[in-house]
Amino acid sequence: MTTAERAGADDSASAGAESEAKARSAASDLASGSQRPQRKKRLTPTQRERAFQAAMYVLAALAVLAVALAADWPTIQRNFFQVDVIRDMFPELVIIAAKNTAIYTTLSFVLGFVLALGLALMRMSTVAPFRAFAMIYIELFRGLPALVTLILIGFGLPIAFDGFRLGSTLVRGSVGLAIVAGAYMAETIRAGVEAVPRGQTEAARSLGMSRNRTMFTIVLPQAFRIIIPPLTNELVLLIKDTSLFFVLGTTPESKELTKFARDFMVSSRNATPLTVVAIAYLVITLPLTYVVRRMERNAGKSR
Amino acid sequence: MDSQQAIEVKDLHKYFGDLEVLKGIDFQVGHGEVVCVIGPSGSGKSTLLRCINRLEESTSGTILIEGEDITDPDADVDLLRTRIGMVFQQFNLFPHLTVLRNLTVGQTKVLKRSKAEAAEIADEMLARVGLSEKREEYPIRLSGGQQQRVAIARSLCMKPDMMLFDEPTSALDPELVGEVLEVMRSLADEGMTMMVVTHEMGFASEVADRVVFMDEGVVVEEGPPAEVLKDPQTERAQQFLKMIDHA
Repeated sequence: MTTAERAGADDSASAGAESEAKARSAASDLASGSQRPQRKKRLTPTQRERAFQAAMYVLAALAVLAVALAADWPTIQRNFFQVDVIRDMFPELVIIAAKNTAIYTTLSFVLGFVLALGLALMRMSTVAPFRAFAMIYIELFRGLPALVTLILIGFGLPIAFDGFRLGSTLVRGSVGLAIVAGAYMAETIRAGVEAVPRGQTEAARSLGMSRNRTMFTIVLPQAFRIIIPPLTNELVLLIKDTSLFFVLGTTPESKELTKFARDFMVSSRNATPLTVVAIAYLVITLPLTYVVRRMERNAGKSR
Repeated sequence: MDSQQAIEVKDLHKYFGDLEVLKGIDFQVGHGEVVCVIGPSGSGKSTLLRCINRLEESTSGTILIEGEDITDPDADVDLLRTRIGMVFQQFNLFPHLTVLRNLTVGQTKVLKRSKAEAAEIADEMLARVGLSEKREEYPIRLSGGQQQRVAIARSLCMKPDMMLFDEPTSALDPELVGEVLEVMRSLADEGMTMMVVTHEMGFASEVADRVVFMDEGVVVEEGPPAEVLKDPQTERAQQFLKMIDHA
């Protein structure tokens, strides 16, 4: 930002303040027209609200203006939107990077879900040691950064167990993320189970169903309907967390979106790949979050 | 054994924490008998009913179902429960299953009947409560009265020896109460053993063989409806019935 531009921004800011002041005095002029002279100077609550709202709009417009003026557009275009670089990223962007991100996410989610189901059932078990184990597990892996867990799996395990390695990067990364996601999803599943009315269990038990039969035939199917939106959110988080796979080391074939972009930034000496993967992530995550929002709205309706 | 009762409760006590909600209940229901349990809320009548199929664990005392002690820790509670139908105030139909599946799930999963056999029995019971055309609907699409009739049919599908009703019409809009009572009346006419916790005094006086009045965790008065409802002997029963009349 140049000094001149900064000054310009300041000018427009003060101009905004003036116009706001004008708006206020105009509003109070309006108020003075009322028949209650003792409250001449005060605005009515509605007027005050409107004035505040107007001020906020002015503020927002100024902020956008300031950024637009401050930004060096040609530089940004050169560094973040290079068409040649974008062209060079294809087809690897899709057939390797996006594909790997999808595979890692799917695997982590499926593994994590199975783990979470087991943990949730343990957490609600009548057997105290099961409950304790599930609780410690959940607190531990919700408390650790996913990155730390991944490093522990990738490098801690081989040290602790004399060279023991969990398969490929794919397996190690997915297991690592599944361990973390499992902790979160276990709590989600438990919340879902607890949201199923108690009468459902009673009705099932009074038909002679055992505890487990009741859980799997009556309670869990209803719980899953309740938790589909939060589970989809977890999926979105996992998509982004696969970007941590890089700590485990990668081959050209196992790069996911973020690692692919970082390497491409180095080879092209340009930041455009970052823009491209950012868009790629959004292409994947935005439809999902949209679907969640719709499901949540529909769930709200049927209640 | 001739003298054996369908339900026999002996000296039943139940505490919720420090609160004693059942204070030594002795209570029987004979084969084919219809017993209505009435009393103010908090009198312990629902708790008594729920203890009988062990949805609530009693603190002490015994409960014999056809002579078998259901309070015995070694009792096969799941098996005994298949012989005791239960109808809840809130219907508790399974919302994720169709009406038909609501009626067959217990039969196939618990009694191990074949799908075809279960469906046949379900259709028979649905016809009996007059809801054959709702077979493929989900419970949410039914009125409260229809849901409760399906719930009764669901219990009947298990071919129980007896039926427990826990305030079956209390959650219903007034105009829907009749259709449920009608189904219950026809069940009673067919000789089903029934224990009904209810506030429907009309039903009690017309259908019950015996009325039990409970208050504060004890059975205060019991006898034929004509005596207990029309000519109560205890002051508490008199007061309660007067209040119901005025309501």
